[in-house]
Amino acid sequence: MNAKELCGVANAKLDAFVTWTALDRSNLSDGRKLAVNYFIVAVILFFAQLLFGMIAATQFIFPNFLYGFLDFSVNRMVHINAMVVWMLYGFIGCTYWLLEDESQTEIVGLKFGKLAFWVLTIAVAIVVLVYLFIQIGAGNDTTLWLINEGREYIEAPRWADIGIVAVVLTFFYNVVATFSKGKWSGIAGVLTLDLVALAGLYLAGMFYMTNITHEQFWWWWVIHLWVEATWEVLVGVIMAWSLMKLLGVRRKIVTTWLYIEVALMFGSGILGLGHHYFWIGTPEYWLTIGGFFSALEPIPLVAMVVHAVYDSGSHAFKNGNHPALAWVIAHAFGNFFGAGVWGFMHTLPQINLYTHGTQWSASHGHLAFFGAYATINIAFFYLAIQHWRGDVWMSGNAQNAWRWKWALGLLNVGVVGMTIALLIAGYEQSFIERAVEGSTWSGYFTAQNHPSFQSAMVWRWFFGLMTFAGLILLIWDLLTIGKGETRKMAIVVAERGAGCVSFLSECDHTH
Amino acid sequence: MNEENPLWASESFWKKVAIWVTAGSFLILVVLTFDSLSQTEVGGKRVQAYSVINKKIDYVYKEDLHKFMPVIGETELLFGKEFTEEEAEKLVTLGKKTTQAKNCMNCHTLLGNGAYFAPDLTKAWLDKGWLSKELREDLMIKFLLDPENNARTFGSNRKMPNLHITPEEAKGVVAFLKWMSSIDTNGFPYNFKTIYATEE
Repeated sequence: MNAKELCGVANAKLDAFVTWTALDRSNLSDGRKLAVNYFIVAVILFFAQLLFGMIAATQFIFPNFLYGFLDFSVNRMVHINAMVVWMLYGFIGCTYWLLEDESQTEIVGLKFGKLAFWVLTIAVAIVVLVYLFIQIGAGNDTTLWLINEGREYIEAPRWADIGIVAVVLTFFYNVVATFSKGKWSGIAGVLTLDLVALAGLYLAGMFYMTNITHEQFWWWWVIHLWVEATWEVLVGVIMAWSLMKLLGVRRKIVTTWLYIEVALMFGSGILGLGHHYFWIGTPEYWLTIGGFFSALEPIPLVAMVVHAVYDSGSHAFKNGNHPALAWVIAHAFGNFFGAGVWGFMHTLPQINLYTHGTQWSASHGHLAFFGAYATINIAFFYLAIQHWRGDVWMSGNAQNAWRWKWALGLLNVGVVGMTIALLIAGYEQSFIERAVEGSTWSGYFTAQNHPSFQSAMVWRWFFGLMTFAGLILLIWDLLTIGKGETRKMAIVVAERGAGCVSFLSECDHTH
Repeated sequence: MNEENPLWASESFWKKVAIWVTAGSFLILVVLTFDSLSQTEVGGKRVQAYSVINKKIDYVYKEDLHKFMPVIGETELLFGKEFTEEEAEKLVTLGKKTTQAKNCMNCHTLLGNGAYFAPDLTKAWLDKGWLSKELREDLMIKFLLDPENNARTFGSNRKMPNLHITPEEAKGVVAFLKWMSSIDTNGFPYNFKTIYATEE
């Protein structure tokens, strides 16, 4: 078979797949067509994240697995990079999704938005291929510019950094120009200021420094201030909009809550950055400042739980998209436990001296990224697919509802299971490697070889597999949910007397 | 404000609070950033000059401070050579770039940050795993150049892959690790027994 025939076969298969999904793009506005493009790539990268996570988890048990071919460092890099990038894709998609509705006008500069999507996606594909096939380079600037910057989470080479900034600026232009043309709101204002911070902070991570203390100082500006400040606020915006649309909560209430959350989130999160400055060479006052403010970081997350649960309860959980609401609730609890409780448990310097750089951080990282960010993105995927299907009814009693329920269960139990397994490994490391053995290399390996560590890695692998199975089921469900459903959500919900009957203008009482 | 819409439930009040709290926190962060960066300039008390690679570096518990601190001692040359500040910076820079180009941080931790598949490198220069200070440099270079045949797995079966490090890059990495071990990390890691403590 030559290349042309191969392309023909691939095209035919793709067409058959598109026909099978029976999704009608004419149900989507132009802005939302762009949003679903972002969601599609997000799901593909989510799959890649879990695939490479599984390979890395396997290497903890069988160190020779793919040794010298796809080493742990490569798999782990793709695992965490795919995660950061799919979540960003998800957030950009969510923003495009709500932009036209919130501003009540069409997206300005949609052409640039589409171009930016393809530029970013091609860049991501090239970066991943280079990670996988070239992997490393010589110790010089060429490597840092073209292959890999070797800095956890932001390994993308410098050329890609510049591309990312250009794409984010285009995105920012689309958002601001659209709100300016249409209508500003409290949600729009918070979103815009948050995007300024999101784009600006990335610049802090784009410079080479030999002084590793300075380098890690700025590196944390990007990582922490993204993940524990601007991303959280972005999620607050998405959550606020979702609660209005899913449950019909009044705009005034969600906007007031959003301001309270911003005050608490930035009030604790900005100086909470100090918990990363305990041991990197920075002055001692960070022990006090970082400890104090990061101990406050769970408070806004409690507020978000109260907000979500209270609103859901007060609207008797009546809504037209049960899987989306289930994932919003999973988000509220996941964010509180993963980012809040798990972060707090090891954030004070007196305990962090022993837990820093152990599987404790991995335990926190797994539950926090999943609970805070994966869940809300998944909730949005369900909102998007419902609209794409033509606003059909999506309930917990539908014929194939077992799929989303099982996907929800497998993903949540899988991640919680990994979190507990890694926590056990982290406790063991803190005790044996850090406290008893004093963090020498032999102490490190004594802890790694300990049966409780080894069994924790096996448990983590099984729960990882459960998570992976959950994702596959989730993808199947997203592709098929609502297929063949003819009842319109608005009619069913109206008949049953729920507060909000549609995701669009019928929710006008919220204004 | 009225009874139906008290101040604590008012949208405009919380909007102002959000703006002031964010601006205030960010301002404090900017001030502290300037201070932290100036206190951690290379050549200061907390982050030593690159030429510290010409000196003996140890890490000992200070009773009065209740924490472990780096101690800079007498001359202890690296590769039998005394480096000027410029030469030392060049070598440490090569080493730092090599650690980034070889993606060390996605297996190891540096200053405790990174991945957890391989040991922390913060005090790797001082690790008693290098047996003695006489053998250390040679063992480190051999390990970096051919990690498979000089594997240090401590019974774990985890081996560093061959990262095709050149001899000059290997020297740079060793210089970088020596310099990094002299950074005052507020007592992290705790209870670390150095190669000197073992010898004594």
